[in-house]
Amino acid sequence: MKKLTKIFINSPYVVWSAMFVIVPLFIVIYYAFTDANGTFTFDNIAALKDYGYNFGISILYSFIATVLTLIIGYPVAYELSKAPQRTQKIQMMLIMLPMWMNLLIRTYTWMNILDNNGVINKILSLMGLGPVTFLGTPGAVIFGMVYNYLPYMILPIYTVMAKMDDSLLEAARDLGCNGFNVWKRLILPLSIPGVISGITMVFVPSVSTFYISQKLGSGKIMLIGDTIERQMQTNYNYHLGASLSLVLMVIILVSMFIMNRFSDNAGEGGMVA
Amino acid sequence: MRIATRIIKWHVYAFLYLPLVFMIIFSFNSAKSTSVFERFSFKWYGELFSSSDTLEALRNTMILALVSALIATVLGTLAALGIYMVRNKIYKQSMLSVTNIPLMNPDIVTGVSLMLLFVFVGRALGFSQYLNFWTLLIAHVTFNLPYVILNVLPKLNQTDRSLFEAAQDLGAPPPKAFFMVVMPQIVPGIISGAIMAFTLSLDDFVISYYTSSGFQTLPLKIYSMTKKVVKPDMYALSSLIFLVVLALLLGSNIFQMRAENKNAGVSRKKAK
Repeated sequence: MKKLTKIFINSPYVVWSAMFVIVPLFIVIYYAFTDANGTFTFDNIAALKDYGYNFGISILYSFIATVLTLIIGYPVAYELSKAPQRTQKIQMMLIMLPMWMNLLIRTYTWMNILDNNGVINKILSLMGLGPVTFLGTPGAVIFGMVYNYLPYMILPIYTVMAKMDDSLLEAARDLGCNGFNVWKRLILPLSIPGVISGITMVFVPSVSTFYISQKLGSGKIMLIGDTIERQMQTNYNYHLGASLSLVLMVIILVSMFIMNRFSDNAGEGGMVA
Repeated sequence: MRIATRIIKWHVYAFLYLPLVFMIIFSFNSAKSTSVFERFSFKWYGELFSSSDTLEALRNTMILALVSALIATVLGTLAALGIYMVRNKIYKQSMLSVTNIPLMNPDIVTGVSLMLLFVFVGRALGFSQYLNFWTLLIAHVTFNLPYVILNVLPKLNQTDRSLFEAAQDLGAPPPKAFFMVVMPQIVPGIISGAIMAFTLSLDDFVISYYTSSGFQTLPLKIYSMTKKVVKPDMYALSSLIFLVVLALLLGSNIFQMRAENKNAGVSRKKAK
């Protein structure tokens, strides 16, 4: 009787996730290794060598964007965690609020601002400068990644820092630890779990984006996401799209694995959302 | 030190809100331009509400978000209960790992893998059109499920098993014991999971883009609008969404703070 109830409660989710989480992953593998007639082939994998450049710049740009969000986000998270209790929640909410706007809208608005006829170039021309071409450059794409995902870096670091016990820091100071050493020996190591989840939360959507590069890269910069999107939605070459997705998945898994190696040493916690 | 971090913080606020301010200003522009402001007008707001396309996309988005959040909440709560009850460690761990897959995978991979599943099954069954409202719904439930589970599971872990057993010892049949004793304790988790599922579904573009055709949601509509030259009516729409979200969040925060202050006041009085 008890066993039956357990099976009854468990089975809907097991069936659902088998059908819509596990099986789709195998279907990606199936499509990656077959051609239109369903025969086994390595052609789609071999075709990947033409996309080395796209993989390279995707990883490079999202790596730069992740480092930039960390440099900007870390001090902001620290500052927020030290803000007066009364306003701290509101201040953090204001950081997250822009994320409630759809990414498409935020990116599209930046495209209009940075355009050759956009507001920034209008201001520059009033000062007798420009026009500066922003769109279509790697800088614009990286800028878009930083803008869209910066709150994802701030939130987990803030969460870890807000939980940090102030008396611990005071104790360290009482025992003669100076400002720099408090940072180096306490705040920094204790905030590592937040940093790790921040890095993951910024890197994963950045490396797989296609809308940001489409709009801010003016279609000149093709990231992995763009190549997948093109195969799936324009060329209808599902087999190549599948093999590209497979590689993207492997990249994410490898980077997760590397990050986990770091976080194992730092202890657990910090993951938000 | 604090001065430096404070300066960075204010710059970050300015940076985050600059495009939103820009968007709101130009939604009131009488001209079509998104760089030269002519004069103040409500023209684009009027156009927005007279366009049946936008209203239909809005309605579709709400239907999809409500239905998918509802299914995901029921299924996810059941799943959390299942994971909680399982004693076999390997089985439990593998269920948790599977739950994490949609969270770890980038949206585009989740979208593509589901799309390929629908194409594969559709071809095998001989359909000519593989994607429709139901495939979109399945996709949304699938990416919402982990969020519900991860909201409910911690609440279940906090509950005291012996209370459930005590209720049964006192003669309540297990379902009754569950609904009367366990359920009230996990309701906050279920509600926050449902809200999260609802908002994620409202906002999703990437996964919908690969798993839908014909059924147009707001993000999909915005995407097709931004493929062409956009009129400021999109800015008008976005500004409205922004104001609604801002009001809701500020409202709930102020409400929460008032409640906290009230409690603090009560406890202070008690201390005296």
